[in-house]
Amino acid sequence: MAKVKLKEFAMARSGDKGDGSNVGVFVTNAADYEVIKRELTVDRVKQHFHDICFGEVVRYEAPNMLALNFLLRDSLGGGGSESLKTDAQGKVHGLGLLEIEIER
Amino acid sequence: MRDKIQIGYGQGFWGDSILGPIRLVDEGPLDYLALDYLAEVTMSIMQKLKSRNPDAGYATDFVRMLDRTMEQIADKGVRVIANAGGVNPDACLNAVLELARKKGVKGLKVGIVEGDDILARVPELLAAGHDMKNMDDGRPLTDVQDTLLSANAYIGAFSVAECLAKGAQIVICGRVTDPALVGGPMVHEFGWQPTDYDKLAASTVAGHIGECGAQCTGGNYTRWRDVEDFVRIGYPVIEATPDGTFTVTKHEGTGGLLTRDTVVSQLLYEMGDPNNYLGPDCAADFTSAKIEEVGPSRVQISGVKGGPPTDTYKVSLSYQNGYKATGQLTIAGPDAVEKAKLCADIVWGRLAFDGCAFAEDEKMVEFVGAGVTHAGILESNDPPEVVLRMGVKCADKARVNRFGSELVPLVTSGPPGVTGFAGGRPKATDIVGYWPALLDKDQVKTRVRVEES
Repeated sequence: MAKVKLKEFAMARSGDKGDGSNVGVFVTNAADYEVIKRELTVDRVKQHFHDICFGEVVRYEAPNMLALNFLLRDSLGGGGSESLKTDAQGKVHGLGLLEIEIER
Repeated sequence: MRDKIQIGYGQGFWGDSILGPIRLVDEGPLDYLALDYLAEVTMSIMQKLKSRNPDAGYATDFVRMLDRTMEQIADKGVRVIANAGGVNPDACLNAVLELARKKGVKGLKVGIVEGDDILARVPELLAAGHDMKNMDDGRPLTDVQDTLLSANAYIGAFSVAECLAKGAQIVICGRVTDPALVGGPMVHEFGWQPTDYDKLAASTVAGHIGECGAQCTGGNYTRWRDVEDFVRIGYPVIEATPDGTFTVTKHEGTGGLLTRDTVVSQLLYEMGDPNNYLGPDCAADFTSAKIEEVGPSRVQISGVKGGPPTDTYKVSLSYQNGYKATGQLTIAGPDAVEKAKLCADIVWGRLAFDGCAFAEDEKMVEFVGAGVTHAGILESNDPPEVVLRMGVKCADKARVNRFGSELVPLVTSGPPGVTGFAGGRPKATDIVGYWPALLDKDQVKTRVRVEES
């Protein structure tokens, strides 16, 4: 195993869900899916987004897409039209997750 | 029954490129064209327009699009389904009929689906015990009843299908779900019943893939260097079949990229629990979908499972929730971040000096370029310049405007390097609060009507 950035082998997309965002991340083979299931724990993701997500992190698995889906609650500064932040809809939270360094 | 229909999805939101629908109609075969014009807060904007003008309150972009495509749509027999009706489908219908008359397009049947707009009925619904409490935090609707701007139920595919069955070539809806814009044609063509949950779930997955237009054909794709010809990016075409299996494709010769990976990317967009995606017609299990590349620019989805829907509609309400303003200046280096921080402190300090202090939760400061969108993940301490972006929000419009007048003076009364002040003073704009709720389905009755040019 070696430390690598998630962006070296995974892809992601994110968007808004109320006052939080969702971050979907997926890989292209079964071995890498085991890697992200092991490495991308709720605690690890919450810690990675410590300056962005101020609420709970929830994780879902979608094995048919080799994907994990994270909900980052309270991560938009109010969400929708209430937020004053540049990324009021969490459009780039997916790219943010891909910067995480994990063991592969 | 036809064994296959082709549904293009050419408009992902209000403000999407007019080239999407125009090119879908022009560049290849198409039976149906689905167009989404509504976001969560769009309805409140439309209610405001309608309150000033009874003939407004719909997506005028839709009529402008038809102004460029109506003859071709009529010639090719493409049927169009759009939620462009906003809060005034009737006015949208009249505008489209008027356009057809002006163009001399005769015999065009235009239909509307109504009944989603429940704003006027909120008092009676509350009185009858339908509390429509906030799904996110449980607050009672009475908290914001006096400031409500809009209230709409999310309608499903069967109302769209009913309008198609009455012969409408153009179907104008208010707040139908995005997936219903493609589910409607499938229900209509293939005779699906309300208990065909697996098939309805497949249409939900198809609609979710298509609902952001080019976002499933290479737009916003992580591996963007693999995407060819963004200029002529292809918009999605769903080839649907009677058993629910469908193929996502795009017209030959168009740009972009359509692979399993671009489709999976879009499947994950705005996803909650992938096992249980709730809509008005079914609960879809996105984890049951089998996703395969079956040819160049062809991704087939099969095996989707679904279950019965709940006995409630999701209702989207919006309300006036105070005011906000944001503004920005560019701060050039050296020491760009340090000076930008000083500038922000100066603005807050001068406002406080003048009796207009803002609380922490009313203020926002960003140093764009130093690591804002990836805060805590990717940051830079010494970029050659940063954009200082500041904002406030509160219930008092005058205080918000007072903030707006204290930003630009930094050019002559702050540290050196302050520039980029084009655009003038930021002004207070309304904050539209979003209020998701549930309402018993038997309280919402939809109606369809079809007229001919």
